[in-house]
Amino acid sequence: MPRLIPPWTDMPKFEYAPAPESRAIVSLRESYGLFINGEFTPGVDGRAFKTISPATEEVLAEVTEAGPADVDRAVAAARQAYERTWSVMPGRERAKYLFRIARIIQERARELAVLESLNNGKPIRESRDVDIPLVAAHFFYHAGWADKLEYAGYGPAPKPLGVAGQVIPWNFPLLMLAWKIAPALACGNTVVLKPAETTPLTALLFAEICQQADLPPGVVNIVTGAGETGRALVTHPGIDKVAFTGSTEVGKEIARACASGPRKKLTLELGGKAANVVFEDAPVDQAVEGIVNGIFFNQGHVCCAGSRLLVQESVYPEVLASLQRRLATLRLGDPLDKNTDVGAINSAAQLAKIRELSEVGEAEGAQRWSPPCELPVKGFWFPPTVFTGVSQAHRIAREEIFGPVLSVLTFRTPAEAVEKANNTPYGLSAGVWTDKGSLILWMASRLRAGVVWANTFNKFDPASPFGGYKESGYGREGGRHGLEAYLDV
Amino acid sequence: MSDTANGRLAVRKTYKLYIGGAFPRSESGRSFVVTDHKGGFLANAAMASRKDARDAVSAARKAFPGWSGATAYNRGQVLYRVAELMEGRRAQFIAEVRSADGLGARQAEAAVDAAIDRWVWYAGWSDKIAQVRGAANPVAGPYFNFSLPEPTGVVAVIAPEASSLLGFVSVVAPAIVTGNTVVALASERGPLPAVTLSEVLATSDVPGGVVNVLTGRTAEVAPWLASHMDVNAIDLAAAPADLADDLATAAAENLKRVVRSTEADWTVTPGLQRMLTYLETKTVWHPAGT
Repeated sequence: MPRLIPPWTDMPKFEYAPAPESRAIVSLRESYGLFINGEFTPGVDGRAFKTISPATEEVLAEVTEAGPADVDRAVAAARQAYERTWSVMPGRERAKYLFRIARIIQERARELAVLESLNNGKPIRESRDVDIPLVAAHFFYHAGWADKLEYAGYGPAPKPLGVAGQVIPWNFPLLMLAWKIAPALACGNTVVLKPAETTPLTALLFAEICQQADLPPGVVNIVTGAGETGRALVTHPGIDKVAFTGSTEVGKEIARACASGPRKKLTLELGGKAANVVFEDAPVDQAVEGIVNGIFFNQGHVCCAGSRLLVQESVYPEVLASLQRRLATLRLGDPLDKNTDVGAINSAAQLAKIRELSEVGEAEGAQRWSPPCELPVKGFWFPPTVFTGVSQAHRIAREEIFGPVLSVLTFRTPAEAVEKANNTPYGLSAGVWTDKGSLILWMASRLRAGVVWANTFNKFDPASPFGGYKESGYGREGGRHGLEAYLDV
Repeated sequence: MSDTANGRLAVRKTYKLYIGGAFPRSESGRSFVVTDHKGGFLANAAMASRKDARDAVSAARKAFPGWSGATAYNRGQVLYRVAELMEGRRAQFIAEVRSADGLGARQAEAAVDAAIDRWVWYAGWSDKIAQVRGAANPVAGPYFNFSLPEPTGVVAVIAPEASSLLGFVSVVAPAIVTGNTVVALASERGPLPAVTLSEVLATSDVPGGVVNVLTGRTAEVAPWLASHMDVNAIDLAAAPADLADDLATAAAENLKRVVRSTEADWTVTPGLQRMLTYLETKTVWHPAGT
């Protein structure tokens, strides 16, 4: 029996002076209209809502709530831009607009990162080093496709679909926007995009970037609002394509809505309950970093988060002790502080959901553990949490928590690991940790998941197709595969 | 199909379901009369029930690991073997297709030949689709990143009404060639060629459960397949128009992959769309380092 180290006692936590990134780079307006036909315009019925910083509950700005009449206007603008401008423009010209956008994103990267962290609550280290660089990369990657679509494997002259209605979540606000808008535009479609109600600000800043890039009016339209706005958009008879990233529950609702009426091409990127499988020969320190990155990256607000840790029994005590020791060094707090590892939960509603499922975990008999961790008084916060003694039947092993909560299970043989990993209606991602290349490929071929990370986790790249099996949705985003979602094939 | 030849009373065939490699009657004990295009009696076919549909899905699920785990080379040969065996029964298929589809001799012959050739066409895809559909992706990091197509699982297909053999083959073959297993609901009006094809499948090298064939009332059985939580995809292209939207709505419950577009002409060489609908793309990040 390996030594069980009292995990939070033997490692001093270094004290760091606060190192906040300056907010001065962001200039917020008091209120924002809808971005329709290249301009910010007020909503028809004058409704608005406030958007806040989840770390402090400070109101950042007021945002227009788009009603059905506004969605109509946006779809009409997108249709007109599609027919008169964008679909008839040579691909090489579309490409240059996308390259322009990518460059402006790079030029304004710091501003975008600060605004993303302000409105979402994610650590600036992540928005600065992961989100925004990937946003620029997505526009660069897809820009190059715009005049090469005939080589993408979808026939000699693949055609765009028309107007795309796109609804995105709050966990990676600008990155999800890029995943949706870049391929749509590259393929010759125009878009109406609805950002999540809690994180509209970087999408509105992106609208300004479209203006700076002189993107023709109506090619990109941004309508802000909540579920009702999203419903009006995806059920709108004037759109040809629906792309949604969000919960499986809403995804199913959209699939039902699209089952009748005018045919719309549909792609869905939904929930997950990924297994992160650690074999006994894995380098423990590296695996622990991967486990932490898998579930505590972005406060666990990641559809492909490694929320089920499967550890081979022989190394379970060692891995758990090492994991607990590592978690005790995580810094939770001000998202704008450059030393922060764990930021704020995005909303009060999400915090309530995380709390509820964690309480269910305890009530069902799993053991709950968090490192000593002081939570700020204001804002929405939840400490990194680990459940041990979890069985496959527990709700915390079956349901997506979408928060910094890890469920730990064990296995003995590779076959048992596969069986347990696949025992879920989801199939978005999985992780494998081992030194053995053949075991990586053996596992990869048996895991029913759209993305398998070996000795790494939560890696993304515009060239790498991303998307799920089973109830994690259908369609792929990224790579040559992702183009299919926006082509009439 | 003539009842007597040279004064001898012909031995008629019993047309049954094909589930898990066996030929059961419907557990419901029901059958229905199948007639030719002029209304003449052909046979009593088994009338599949909800339970039969569920048994067929179980059989298909059970067969999935073995079939999807077979090598592409092996699956290609198995499909080609189906074509070989059909060729040997060509005359029987022509006679049955004439009765079922109401075709003239030459048209029926053309339909059977096209059905046999379609198996050959799909057989060749088994070990090529991954090269056409896969990719090595140049990610910005020390990883070998590749994407490969994998079968989605159990596919339910509602076979076309008017093309009892060629249509049936054209919707079943694109699912199984890549490793999926199938529950197929045969043409309601002309189910017999599909049943005879299941006899070919049973005596070829297609493992039991890879293709399961149901005959009966589409409006009764299809909703159970569309709402079944262990079915991963469904072909609704041939579903009756008044039923298709409801079936697609039911299919959303577990996010089945759905084929909706209708083929205008089964004789035309198909595109990839059916095969691709039943394929998932798996992307693997394999580390590179010393």
